[in-house]
Amino acid sequence: MLGFPRSELQIMEVQGSEYLPLLIQLVFAFGFVAMVLIITHLIGPKRKSAKKLESFECGIESQGNARLPFSIKYFLTAILFVLFDVEVIFFYPWATNFREFGLQGFIAMFIFVALFLLGFLYLFRKKAFTWD
Amino acid sequence: METIFLIDKTVIAFIAFAITLLIATYSTYAERKIAAFMQDRVGPDRAGPFGILQPLADAGKFFFKEEIIPDTSNKFLFIIGPGIAMLTALMTSVVIPWGGSLNLAGRDIPLQVADLNIGVLYVFAVVSLGVYGIMIGGWASNNKYSLLGAIRASSQMISYELSMGLALIALIMITGTLSMKEIVEQQHGMNWNIFYQPFGFLLFIICAFAECNRTPFDLPECEAELVGGYHTEYSSMKLGFYMFAEYINMFISSAFMASLYFGGYNFPFMDSLGLSQNAITIIGVFVFFLKIFFFIFVFMWVRWTLPRFRYDQLMRLGWQWMIPLSLLNVFITGLVLLWYDK
Repeated sequence: MLGFPRSELQIMEVQGSEYLPLLIQLVFAFGFVAMVLIITHLIGPKRKSAKKLESFECGIESQGNARLPFSIKYFLTAILFVLFDVEVIFFYPWATNFREFGLQGFIAMFIFVALFLLGFLYLFRKKAFTWD
Repeated sequence: METIFLIDKTVIAFIAFAITLLIATYSTYAERKIAAFMQDRVGPDRAGPFGILQPLADAGKFFFKEEIIPDTSNKFLFIIGPGIAMLTALMTSVVIPWGGSLNLAGRDIPLQVADLNIGVLYVFAVVSLGVYGIMIGGWASNNKYSLLGAIRASSQMISYELSMGLALIALIMITGTLSMKEIVEQQHGMNWNIFYQPFGFLLFIICAFAECNRTPFDLPECEAELVGGYHTEYSSMKLGFYMFAEYINMFISSAFMASLYFGGYNFPFMDSLGLSQNAITIIGVFVFFLKIFFFIFVFMWVRWTLPRFRYDQLMRLGWQWMIPLSLLNVFITGLVLLWYDK
């Protein structure tokens, strides 16, 4: 099957069984959430009126809707998060094996972090982190 | 063998699930009582002795209230928003080791739902998904306050997630594993990680506050500006889910801090007491919960002590201070480890 030697397949099976309890928990959590949402939908009172179903706006009549453009800063933050988060993920395997890598691994990571900081400094100079 | 394993895990998952819900419910009571104590008031005292039944009354009220779905909202997204928030909050508790292992009828049963070898990364993955619950709910409401609250919440949470990840990397360098169980076992007795990573813990707790949207980082729902933030339009149990998810997140991050930095279920002199394995495990569970309650108390204490940040201050702290400082922490930890291992 899949060209793996038999022993490796067995290892995969053993590793997979750690994740089974995760599914059990997911069933509990999903069941709880779905059940409660359905029950509250069924037992709550239902007296609707046009005013009640309007979206709230300080008690005055709603002006248009909320599908509005918002500050570009939020979008920029999201993009920067994606960039930096990918770099942070690279740290994890390195950190787990840090002691085996020793000085050589430390220097390699130092160069990586220096490049990381260079990009960070550029964004800092471009005032990407300044909100006013 | 396999069936017994699954039954064990189902029972543990169920108990952990029930305890999570119970503690989240009673956190609301604790919060109101602690708030009252700090402001020299009495707090809830009508439902039952000392108002001890108040959370149950609140939960009942959430069930029986009318649910209002605004006409202009995206109905499907409006309904699944709080569902996602609650689901992700409930899923994080899987990897937390609640105690050592119980020896029942010759079998060792570890008190943990799933011992994943990537436990820490798993928590990060699930916590990141939590942003969707808030963003979807806030956007689908089609209300300006909700939209502002939701984008504030998501950009705050993703900003602090970066420094949270970096703060943990210094810890992972010391422990050399991502499995929660192994990290806790390494801290046997009084060998807690807080003594090796005091600064890392400080960074981590600040990020934890920001991730839970708790004061001083509660900008997503600052009532003076945004009415109710991302859940302005929500009512009935959907509102309850958002609030509940917040309290569960608080509980889980307290459990996280207790197990990563404060030794989890380990306590001093656990070997010299001469007790059986089961007794040690049970005491360990109690000790673990004591540590968790302490951190939940810290969350509430801070809420009534510090004022809220302004948004530019929040972003400046997150990007210009937390990230460089956590990188510095990683660097210093690396140097010390190299020196120490040589």
